[in-house]
Amino acid sequence: MSRKKSLWKRVRRSQVWRSVFRHDYTDTRRNRILQIRSNIFLHIHPARIPSHAGRIRFTWCMGGITFFLFIVEVITGILLMFYYRPVIEYAYQDMKYLRFDVPFGIILRNIHRWAAHLMIATVMLHMLRVFLTGSYKPPREFNWVVGVNLLVVTFLLSFTGYLLPWDQLAYWAITVGANMIRATPFIGHEGPFALVDRYHDIRFMLLGGTEIGANALLRFYVLHVIVLPLAAAVLVGVHFWRIRKDGGISRPL
Amino acid sequence: MGEYQDRYEFPDLKFNVQRGKKRDNRMEKGEKKDMFVWPDLVVMEFLTAVALTIILIVWALLVNAPLLEVANPGISENPSKAPWYFVGLQELLVYFDPWIAGVMIPSIIIICLMMIPYVDVNPRGSGRYAFSLRKFALINFNIGFLMWLLLILTGYFLRGPDWQLYWPWESWTVVKKVEDNLWSPDPATGLTGLALYFGLGMIIPRLVSRDFYRKCGPARYTIVMLSILLMYFVPIKIFLRLAFNIRYVLVTPWFNI
Repeated sequence: MSRKKSLWKRVRRSQVWRSVFRHDYTDTRRNRILQIRSNIFLHIHPARIPSHAGRIRFTWCMGGITFFLFIVEVITGILLMFYYRPVIEYAYQDMKYLRFDVPFGIILRNIHRWAAHLMIATVMLHMLRVFLTGSYKPPREFNWVVGVNLLVVTFLLSFTGYLLPWDQLAYWAITVGANMIRATPFIGHEGPFALVDRYHDIRFMLLGGTEIGANALLRFYVLHVIVLPLAAAVLVGVHFWRIRKDGGISRPL
Repeated sequence: MGEYQDRYEFPDLKFNVQRGKKRDNRMEKGEKKDMFVWPDLVVMEFLTAVALTIILIVWALLVNAPLLEVANPGISENPSKAPWYFVGLQELLVYFDPWIAGVMIPSIIIICLMMIPYVDVNPRGSGRYAFSLRKFALINFNIGFLMWLLLILTGYFLRGPDWQLYWPWESWTVVKKVEDNLWSPDPATGLTGLALYFGLGMIIPRLVSRDFYRKCGPARYTIVMLSILLMYFVPIKIFLRLAFNIRYVLVTPWFNI
């Protein structure tokens, strides 16, 4: 026992250990603060928060849950990318492959799908909570704007992902969306005051064609796995940073 | 490790779980107004993450993500529904042309949402649930939120083939009569109606509550009232369609509203 203990002590005193962990773990005020300050993942938090910020009744935890679901989406999404090819000859086959052959493939896809749905719901509930508590009021105006942008990005992420299975559900759901886009005033070919024909309108730009086909699948894929997640990550960074810079979580004045 | 645990027994965590009430009492006395993030909040975040992971795994084990036949542009699904969060907009297609339902309404919603903090001049009720201090803002926002939910629920659960209304207990094989004898008032009447709605809508609140106008100033007042009038125009149009079979409120050679 004592040898074990002294070994443990020696490990903790070693240069390697101390280069990783800058402080010990005794429960002191100082260490509690250092635990947050000296950890890159935890340091998005302040070391101390008003106690109402830790109450589910106040926050509903919806922002945090949304962030967690985003991480789940990124992890499961990357794993799904190993099995999925955004080409119309293969896309649907790969879905079948994921479902019937890839070990745990079906669970992977299910988690990605359900977490995405849940994320839409939690992001809307988060917005509702922030509105109900008046947390968009000065000085937090701009963070609300960032949040609305995140809401839009979340919708777009989910929408672009919807096409990728390349089944009837995906194809016709995106058809509904694409048909609305062609009615955009001025820049949609069926909208009022259309300035462009069907080969040069905004729908063509999104789909890479006049119909949903190979180009649309590839565009949605690139938007879904690169452009929008990057945009979301940057906006989330700004969103969290601004919470701190705007005076921490909102509190009664 | 024994020594380690003895020295570190997560006193605040115990406090949270076992003596929450006591803590609240102390809070009210103002003894303790804030808390350490480590470990109190981090533990809560961790437990939430664990709980969510379990929920997602169980959900994924119980329910499979849908996968229909391979996409076939030749065979359309009837009904073809948008993803659930856009079904509200699709539901609006019954009452509005696509450029309004699919483009203008979502764009206006997003722009209005972003403008909220800049037009809400009421400084009270920041950082807490305070209905009585912000009645106007809360009532209108919640009505808008509810409308969005109702449209989604209607579109998702109550729409069947050809986007006809089917109650959940009705079979989709029953053919529904397509809505007929829709009519639109002539342009002059329509224009008058719209002018009256928006004109009175802009003027009356100003006369009723001069205080509100004075606090907002002309620019903010116009934006707030216009947004709210636009929002309530949606249920009004739905009502006109359902009650009086009115297809368009305003018909012009270029667009219809």
